[in-house]
Amino acid sequence: MSLFPNMAVGPTVRAVHDEFHGDLLEVSMGPQHPSTHGVFRMVVTLDGEQIVKLKPVFGYLHRNHEKIAESTSYLGSMPYTDRLDYLCSMSTNWAYALAVEKLSGQAVPDRAQYLRIVMAELTRLVNHSCLVGFLFNDLGTSFTPLLYAFREREKILDLFESLSGSRMMCNYQRFGGCRVDPSPEWLAAAQALVDNFPRFLDEYETMLTGNEIMLARTQGVGRLDPAHAVNAGLTGPVLRACGVDYDLRKVDGYGFYPRFDFRVPLGAHGDTYDRYMMRILEMRESVKILQQAFRDLPAGPVMDPKAKLRGFRPKAGEAYGRLEGPKGELGFYLISDGSPNPWRYRVRPPSLINLTLLEEMCLGHTVADAVVILGSIDIVLGEVDR
Amino acid sequence: MNLETLPLQVRDWIVGRFPDALQWLVHHLLSITAILTVFGLFFAFTTIAERKLLARLQNRLGPNRSGLPWFRSLKLWGLTQPFADAIKAITKEDVVPAAADKVLHFLAPVVIVAFSLLGFAVLPFGRHLIPVELDAAILYFFAAGTATELAIFMAGWGSRNKYSLLAAMRALAQLISYELPLILSVVPVVMIVGTLSTQEMVLAQGGWTWGVLPHWHVFTPWGFAGFLIFLVAALAESNRSPFDLPEAESEIIAGHLTEYSGFKYALFFMAEYFGLTALSGLGVTLFLGGWQAPCAFLEFIPSWLWFMGKLASMIVFFIWIRGTLLRLRIDQLTRLSWKFLVPLALLNLGNAAFWALTPGWTGPLALARWAVSAAIIIVPFFLLGRRLSAGYAPRTYRYAA
Repeated sequence: MSLFPNMAVGPTVRAVHDEFHGDLLEVSMGPQHPSTHGVFRMVVTLDGEQIVKLKPVFGYLHRNHEKIAESTSYLGSMPYTDRLDYLCSMSTNWAYALAVEKLSGQAVPDRAQYLRIVMAELTRLVNHSCLVGFLFNDLGTSFTPLLYAFREREKILDLFESLSGSRMMCNYQRFGGCRVDPSPEWLAAAQALVDNFPRFLDEYETMLTGNEIMLARTQGVGRLDPAHAVNAGLTGPVLRACGVDYDLRKVDGYGFYPRFDFRVPLGAHGDTYDRYMMRILEMRESVKILQQAFRDLPAGPVMDPKAKLRGFRPKAGEAYGRLEGPKGELGFYLISDGSPNPWRYRVRPPSLINLTLLEEMCLGHTVADAVVILGSIDIVLGEVDR
Repeated sequence: MNLETLPLQVRDWIVGRFPDALQWLVHHLLSITAILTVFGLFFAFTTIAERKLLARLQNRLGPNRSGLPWFRSLKLWGLTQPFADAIKAITKEDVVPAAADKVLHFLAPVVIVAFSLLGFAVLPFGRHLIPVELDAAILYFFAAGTATELAIFMAGWGSRNKYSLLAAMRALAQLISYELPLILSVVPVVMIVGTLSTQEMVLAQGGWTWGVLPHWHVFTPWGFAGFLIFLVAALAESNRSPFDLPEAESEIIAGHLTEYSGFKYALFFMAEYFGLTALSGLGVTLFLGGWQAPCAFLEFIPSWLWFMGKLASMIVFFIWIRGTLLRLRIDQLTRLSWKFLVPLALLNLGNAAFWALTPGWTGPLALARWAVSAAIIIVPFFLLGRRLSAGYAPRTYRYAA
């Protein structure tokens, strides 16, 4: 028995029969959908509004990134890494640079190390403020929190633009340092922005964090248990929201992070509200890191003078460079055979891996919750599909 | 020339130019034309007001470009935007899905506009301005208003789109849940005034204490509670944020409007605002003193201007809510109605009964009357409210060592 008996005319509505639930409705949410954050698709089977099955489908934005990188020089794929997670090109750049530096044993000057941390933490602010804005959009506000978040994001993007020439596709990091040295004016502007950022966070939290509808919509929704999350390889704020203490800035201590004093917030329930709060608290910690970085920023070159960019041929070997991106563990795995281009180039995208538990999080919840849960995972399709 | 009766003078002048046999017809046609023009324009400027206000709430500018063709130098702050929107909507292609039920798909926007306009017939816009004096005006208003949900279901079902279908189901659940508190919040007024006629309800709110404190129902404990319940239920009835579940953009794209384009979409849009305006008008009539001036010395301003002013502030309030709040989930929506609003509205009935039984409590007893009446509603408000949000609280977080 189908929901619409006359199926000869069109395939739009297909009802699935199940002897326990009666008629189930299969809805294909996406790839054209306002809340799938790009061209992601969820095939959900609904019992009323409740989700009984969810199948994530991706690949609509596949751009052959890894294969292209294998046929380009090492430096040549640096701008391509901007396009992976297009909200956080600075940290994606750094992750790639980290892998190549590990492969070739390239040293990085102190000033560049600090600048990298500045860029990575500014990127974290961009990503997390965008994320909470989009999350509220998914929760049904008509763009108001998103536009307040965008106001802050624009300021940071203006800084990125004046430094690297591009707002989102920064292409800033190089093997052995950074591309340009910021002027003292730039640093002063960045510091002013960072000093003002907690005011934005306070405003945001006053307006939204305690909102009763917000609490009712997010607490207990999309709960994830820590064992499951670890088994699935989840990383980043999604994992820490379950209470697992795993932050690569502390675990690996890459770059100069061990020199910085910051804390890693941990959730307890692993639900959407915890995931939201992780972002807010991490932004506060990022502000602390940035202030320390501006305080301690040493003088000196931003590029290792011995670094070779053109005609760069690392000796044969393999390396895996990873860092704590705003979305989780972002890794690049490279195998070199001594030629100018990598023999194997592989990205470990946190967005994709965090997405794998989407069905577990959504089962039993409603369609309205599914978009919120998806929003709280924080995916960027450029990185999921590559 | 008296501003108060100006609309009537214009009407009588026009009617007088027709033969006697036709005068009744012209009389009614004029009322219809007046409603269509005034509220058509009101709708147009509500859309621009909403876009501008929302933009300001979101620290944007909003539409500020459209002016008049051939008069480019004229600066109009984008006020002609609604007309540009209308032209765009009319000239757009009307797409009907191949699989849609063509009759229902076509009928739904027509039905929704027709029914959402009916409510205006019984609203007293001024001291002498009421299109139809009905004895059972309130009943008629709700009967007409409920039919618009039927049109939403027609649209959802007829589009043969799964998002539309989900929206249709949500709209029905919402209708059943919120029609009850809406009507229950109105019943106290009916009990106190003792009539279903809207004009008499406004007349009952006339007069001032010391010339400055108006006797509006909203300034009594039962009236205030009733007004708040009415506001929430009216938001839900007109599918506005935070109850815009049938067209929840982030979840089900555009809900029942997903398969509508061009002018049919505009009709739905229009009907939504007509419904909102009519419900706001009813709220003004029942609780905010209708066309009555707030103070005695402000009575020189025509009554219909007072009505429109109060109506506009209600609309602005609704726009403000839309720019602020998050959307509820369907189960929370129904829970809010059945476990919170309906019990409160029922208690408010008892409250109004108490108020109706104690008109003799004057002097120091008047204070006791107020205290008892307020307690009847405030205590359950907090008790029910605590149950509603039980288990939800902001959390504190630990940090890794």
